[in-house]
Amino acid sequence: MEIFLQQIINGLVQGSVYALVALGYTMVYGILGLINFAHGEVVMAGAMLALSALTAMIGWGAPPLLALPVSLLFAMAGCMLLGFGIERIAYRPLRHAPRLAPLITAIGVSIVLQNLAMMIWGREYHAFPQLISNHPHQIYGAIINDIQIIIVIMALLIMAALMGVVHRTRLGRSMRAVAENQHAAQLMGVDVNRVISITFMLGSALAAVAGLMVSANYGIAHYYMGFLLGLKAFTAAVLGGIGNLRGAMLGGLLLGLIESLGAGYIGDMTGGFMGSQYQDVFAFFVLIAVLVFRPSGLLGERLAERA
Amino acid sequence: MILRSAQLFCFAALVSLLAACDKTPSDQAAASADQVVRIGSVAPLTGPQAHLGKDNENGTRMAIEDANAKGIVIGGRRVHFELISEDDQADPKTATIVAQKLVDNKVSGVIGHLNSGTTIPASKIYSDNGIVQISPSATAVSYTRQGFKTAFRVMANDAQQGRALGEYAVKNLGAKKIAIIDDRTAYGQGLADEFIKAARAAGAEIVAHEYTSDKSVDFTSVLTAVKGRAPDLLFYGGMDAQGGPMARQIKALALNVKLMMGDGGYTPEFVKLAGAAAEGTYASLPGVPLDKMPGGQEFSARFVAKYQPIQLYAPYCYDAVNVMIAAMQKADSVEPAKYMPALANISHQGVTANIQFDDKGDLKGGAVTLYQVKQGKWQPLETVGAGQ
Repeated sequence: MEIFLQQIINGLVQGSVYALVALGYTMVYGILGLINFAHGEVVMAGAMLALSALTAMIGWGAPPLLALPVSLLFAMAGCMLLGFGIERIAYRPLRHAPRLAPLITAIGVSIVLQNLAMMIWGREYHAFPQLISNHPHQIYGAIINDIQIIIVIMALLIMAALMGVVHRTRLGRSMRAVAENQHAAQLMGVDVNRVISITFMLGSALAAVAGLMVSANYGIAHYYMGFLLGLKAFTAAVLGGIGNLRGAMLGGLLLGLIESLGAGYIGDMTGGFMGSQYQDVFAFFVLIAVLVFRPSGLLGERLAERA
Repeated sequence: MILRSAQLFCFAALVSLLAACDKTPSDQAAASADQVVRIGSVAPLTGPQAHLGKDNENGTRMAIEDANAKGIVIGGRRVHFELISEDDQADPKTATIVAQKLVDNKVSGVIGHLNSGTTIPASKIYSDNGIVQISPSATAVSYTRQGFKTAFRVMANDAQQGRALGEYAVKNLGAKKIAIIDDRTAYGQGLADEFIKAARAAGAEIVAHEYTSDKSVDFTSVLTAVKGRAPDLLFYGGMDAQGGPMARQIKALALNVKLMMGDGGYTPEFVKLAGAAAEGTYASLPGVPLDKMPGGQEFSARFVAKYQPIQLYAPYCYDAVNVMIAAMQKADSVEPAKYMPALANISHQGVTANIQFDDKGDLKGGAVTLYQVKQGKWQPLETVGAGQ
């Protein structure tokens, strides 16, 4: 039982990170119908920027509890700038081009960012300083530490805040309007370019938070870390129904749980025939299953009319 | 739309992989040399193991620069060695592509690859084309068991290493219930299998065998599954980039086990990544400790001054180049077919050991040293096997 509970906790922590990253994919898709494959690299950039800021501040003797939020803000600002730049350079000139074109620039941007990061931060793995205690708490025999609690709570708060922005504010209304029909929104006086830029910046800020969370949790940052994480989060977004914010959150959490429980129990269930080597396969198996049986995702009703 | 995008993405990813390998050979040919001899170096220069790959490339490059400085004469003509460095991304498919590229570039010999999983598929291409291959670091037993005359290595293999680790775990550390995690690469899986054989023979019970990949960072679910079996020792067959975070997650899950790894864990990177959780971890490295190697300290000082601290295999790469050049000098030819017999019978005093090959191309009398992290540093515990 405690093992089962532990796997649930593992899945929730991992799933919250997937959900945060998936939101970035889904917001952009919802508005532009574009899959921003460079998003995983923005997560990586967030982690790297936060790490650089942290290292510098601790070098200057700043207290850790001040350094952490400041470097988070720094990473968010940096990623927002990056997201803005990516949209401006790689996507906006191609907005009315066939859909294939921005997809290819997306992959191009992803490769460029990865190589830039390799040049700036080097090929080696960076250890992320342990600033928050990872003191374990026991819950019915299962263990969760402070960082993990913070990750889950922060992810939930951010998601709630984002829902608030999209459904309650004037900006959110223009975002929804642009998603529904760009031309009509423009005729109604919505500055479409501005809304799209802000969407990219919001998604990138979330990516920065996710990047910091991943690095703080695993104690590691590397120029390559965005790739697999990006793919998994994309899967989560598709699982929940891409273009749908609630879907991205649900998809992220579900994917985390599926992976964790799957890897933990598949060996026992199949009598050792299949083992935990299939952990990464689950995500992509889910992707295929969703695409075959429910292409619009779990909550993605709207997608049918867009595709 | 989504379906098509996903397919396209896979396709584009493949194209980018191919594009990444397409680097032109470094143009280092000096005008003064009469004869240019190309030596290939292959290691992952991008991706999760890039730090180790660069280390290999630097070790090879230093040996080539040293040889060029000496002005070696072979077959009556002065030789200028040229390094052609390729990136196999630790990926078996890419490995065969770059191997073919080196063959097309007419290299006289290849130093590489880094991983067993890439070395083995590439070795067939080198063998088919009669090009000598010396791997500095591939330890999987099967590499030299394919009947290829061209395949050599300057490091003890996993049978020797796995046995040393397994016996040490059971006899010296008193492990009775052992859990295994491996990364499903030729190296990780091969080493884990040899470890299991030795540990079982010594009387321990294998209570769990779980798997991960060489790209993962999250091991909480497999570690949780392991925890359910209450082992007293966990052996991880894989590299430092996974071992470091794994050590942290073991502590975070309050899993009370000793962690043990092979040579893939014996790096400064592991200690850095694992932080305080590194303390007490065991690992092994074929060969004797660097400061006990015949030319270890001198090599280390020169390497650090030129590049960066040694990650892992740089001294072995350095030796691999030098033993290749020594064989060329002995045979007085840079033709692989002519110097290969000389290489098979060579006795060369290298940095890491006195290098002699057995009839399979394995290093004769390879020693294995066990290490433990104490006060944040790898400290040698004991060396087993016949070292030089």
